[in-house]
Amino acid sequence: MFGMRLRIALAEKGIEYEYREEDLRNKSELLLKMNPVHKKIPVLIHNDKPVCESIIAVQYIDEVWNKKAPFLPSDPYQRAQARFWADYIDKKMYDAGRRVWSSKGDELEAAKKDFLEVLKVLEAELGDKPYFGGETFGFVDLAFIPFYCWFYAYESCGNFSVEAECPKLIAWANRCMEKENVAKSLADKQKVYEFVLQLRKVFGID
Amino acid sequence: MAGATSDLKLLGVGPSPYVNRVQIALNLKSVNYEFLEEKLGSKSELLLKSNPVHKKIPALIHGDKPVCESLIIVQYIDEVWTSGPSILPSDTYDRALHRFWAAYIDDKFFPNVKELRTADGEEAKEAAVERIAEGMALLEDALAKCGKGKPFFGGDNIGYVDIAFGSHLGWLKAAEKLAGVTLFNKAKTPRLVAWADAFSSHEAVKDVIPETEKLVELAKMLKARAQSQSAN
Repeated sequence: MFGMRLRIALAEKGIEYEYREEDLRNKSELLLKMNPVHKKIPVLIHNDKPVCESIIAVQYIDEVWNKKAPFLPSDPYQRAQARFWADYIDKKMYDAGRRVWSSKGDELEAAKKDFLEVLKVLEAELGDKPYFGGETFGFVDLAFIPFYCWFYAYESCGNFSVEAECPKLIAWANRCMEKENVAKSLADKQKVYEFVLQLRKVFGID
Repeated sequence: MAGATSDLKLLGVGPSPYVNRVQIALNLKSVNYEFLEEKLGSKSELLLKSNPVHKKIPALIHGDKPVCESLIIVQYIDEVWTSGPSILPSDTYDRALHRFWAAYIDDKFFPNVKELRTADGEEAKEAAVERIAEGMALLEDALAKCGKGKPFFGGDNIGYVDIAFGSHLGWLKAAEKLAGVTLFNKAKTPRLVAWADAFSSHEAVKDVIPETEKLVELAKMLKARAQSQSAN
């Protein structure tokens, strides 16, 4: 999902770029050279210089291509709030989601509870705004929406419905998906689910 | 110059490197503020109200609006008080580089230092020291690249990465004493050794980071307290 953030960001700014798919079981020379510290994707390479870590790269994109579609607001306090919520998503969503698809029994029940708590905090922050950014799609929306294509996998593994628990969040996600740049950048939810099922086999969960 | 002191409050505790970051940033900008010391082991109403999500310090309250998460607060300070020296560099790529290294320090480097403090047995201790040494080598390199040969990651003056990393110097030195190891090796990481001295003696820093001896005592007290709590 972290790569998807960059794809949406670049699309929003109307920037052309070359996309190189990595096989994470067999990382390329280029990836290891461009991100020697973490050896992770996504990596944005601009004029031969790498920018790593998706939230950092999104801010970089926002600052370089600053004439159109700003992601962060201009007011310092609003910016601090946007960074706070993107940071919250980074700290909580991935691990909470991972625990849902990779556990069973009592562990799964606990994972579901924690996952939904995270979603409820985010739903409360969204409130009645159309987007986390207010009237327009912004930094926090960008940080969060890629997780939406994993919801189907989480729901199927955990046997629950996000919409039943957090209807406003699903309404927000649908609103984001109406944007072509978002819809075309997200992975297909069925493919994500099949990928998760494969992982569950490999980890011996199923 | 900022408004009245009552306009700006910092909730925190003296020995927290995350709180120290905010203090250093405010000192750099010559901004006055009121320091509200939280009691160790308990959280005030004001803190719970200002940071309901994480319930952690530091929390900076500007007017009546709270800003949380130390690095986010530092960026906020940099963006509000623009007449003081800049904390983040002006070049966009350099900014991304600084943010990268600050994130590395929080996500990878300092958890290793914490592990050293709590390591049980020689093997675990040695493994932790090894990992820290690897991190120090990376940071030695980063200092050369970010600082472009100057004394600080920020160049001639202290900047974002200096604050992110330097705020941990007190606890790094305490960890050396507690574990009986040397983490700052002049032969292996000469730039960092010089940097540590320069950072610690900087005007904006020298009265902020607690003395190593005090942190060693605090660590011993916290460990004793944790052990007695688990025994009960």
